[in-house]
Amino acid sequence: MADGHPDLNGIWQAMVTANWDLQDHDAQPGPHPEIMGAYGAGPAGQSIVEGGEIPYKPEALQKKKQNFEKRATVDVSSDKKWHEIGDPEIKCYMPGVPRATYMPFPFQIVQGSGPYILMSYEYASSTRIIRMNSKQEAPTPSWMGWSRGRWEGDTLVVDVTGLREETWLDRGGDFHSDELHVVERYTPMSPYHLMYEATIEDPKVYTRPWKMSFPLYRRIEKNVQLLEFKCVPFTEQMLYGRFSK
Amino acid sequence: MKHRLSIWLGFLVTAIAVISLSPASGQAPKKATAPAKAPAVPKTPWGDPDLQGVWNDATSTPLQRPSTVGAKDILSDEEAEEFQQQLAHDLSRDRRDGGPEADVNRAYNEHWMDSRRLKITADRRTSLVVDPPDGRIPPLVPLPPEREKARAARAAANARFNAGLPENYRDMSLPVRCIIRTDSPPYLPTIYNNDFQVFQSPGYVVIAPEMIHSARVIPLDGRPHINKNLKLWLGDSRGHWEGNTLVVETTNFRPDDGVIFQNANPETFHITERFSRVDSKTINYEFTVEDPKTWTKPWTAVIPWTKIDPEEQMYEYACHEDNYDIVHFLAGARAREKRGETK
Repeated sequence: MADGHPDLNGIWQAMVTANWDLQDHDAQPGPHPEIMGAYGAGPAGQSIVEGGEIPYKPEALQKKKQNFEKRATVDVSSDKKWHEIGDPEIKCYMPGVPRATYMPFPFQIVQGSGPYILMSYEYASSTRIIRMNSKQEAPTPSWMGWSRGRWEGDTLVVDVTGLREETWLDRGGDFHSDELHVVERYTPMSPYHLMYEATIEDPKVYTRPWKMSFPLYRRIEKNVQLLEFKCVPFTEQMLYGRFSK
Repeated sequence: MKHRLSIWLGFLVTAIAVISLSPASGQAPKKATAPAKAPAVPKTPWGDPDLQGVWNDATSTPLQRPSTVGAKDILSDEEAEEFQQQLAHDLSRDRRDGGPEADVNRAYNEHWMDSRRLKITADRRTSLVVDPPDGRIPPLVPLPPEREKARAARAAANARFNAGLPENYRDMSLPVRCIIRTDSPPYLPTIYNNDFQVFQSPGYVVIAPEMIHSARVIPLDGRPHINKNLKLWLGDSRGHWEGNTLVVETTNFRPDDGVIFQNANPETFHITERFSRVDSKTINYEFTVEDPKTWTKPWTAVIPWTKIDPEEQMYEYACHEDNYDIVHFLAGARAREKRGETK
């Protein structure tokens, strides 16, 4: 770019299967194989977590297991219990950070000359604004968090706080608390690849900070563009059908 | 809240200053052609006109000219003052003229209101529609029976919802269901969250309305529209520059109820938007829609976008994630039915 920083503009997509599980996972049936057969099943994949395992505190590991068991259960009959069970993904909620990066959907980075970089995700039309060199703290918790960016050499470093505690990290029930702090690093490896790294810190849930990393691939099909995965209509019968006439 | 309020007040002062200094005051609205002596428009490092920033399109000026002003298109200063006061009175929910129950209900909702929506546009027009000259959306052409039927079905669903008796979530509008709101064109002012952030990179303009969070990516590289088999809630946009004006053509809208303005016909609906950076604080947003299967002729509206203080940033508009009301509406309707309140 004219300002001397790398140009991250483009449509990018992860090829890992971390959305099913950040850690090593075999191919697995979906939550309702009796209806969905192989359609609902998930692919196998290797862990993207440095060292292989997420360092959960013992009680947090229990919660992760419960999350997984009820990942496809929803109950919105009470405002207070609205977010208690079920993977936010099945309800089409914004995925949060870092999950948005490894959803199996493309996203576009829009880097211009202003102090803001936009990341626009196809999944659920989620967006987030990276505020470059901002000192401001998160004004309120949000699903996609409060992102402040800076350059370290050729790496875009994004510090993310203010994430709603309800987001999950994958369909495996991996989760965090309201103290989640994510530091992302986007480093160009070639004109067609970025290396993505995220350091995850949450003293309520993990015994120490941990890291994930995987490459992002540039989508280079002719005239490729983001389409829409506005999934709200796919969830309405599941969420609200029981209140209908 | 206090911080936000002080920012709002700060903006109001700025807005008043801008309005009183605006050289456009008292002139007829300009058509799409750039003014003869345009002020220098800022450019991006790669040479495109620079539209980056956060903009707000709130105004009390109605889309269509109200009958109360007769045929008048531009008001005098005194008339404008009275027009603005009347509109502000009608829009304000902070009133004491409806009896205690109505007043309290209204006051509860007052905090949602964008206070900037209480001002008319600086050019003192009586409608946002500038063409046809009567400031009104042209009459409908005769619609085929299936479209009349679809409109009647929608009206019935709206009536059930307004009566507190929605049968299911499909009786609610797309905004209530958190599917699309002010993020699909044409962009029209609404009661709150009238902010749009414009991002640019070489070959793209991206418009991110605060409500609902979808970013509209507009390629400028001359590529064709996507195949007509693909349909999008926001449509498929292509842009190009004409001088300092960004011209955007959008097609491929989904046919769902409520996606296209006034349920025009998806196959023939055509919208052209023109974003002209007029000065450091203003974009002139003009859109023309035509659809010979819906309206008797094309029509055009102009809405000024005002740059807002960068301190007043965009917030995340998460809608579906905590859409408690959709359950309240439905559960309430079922409870009413149980009690026999079905009318």
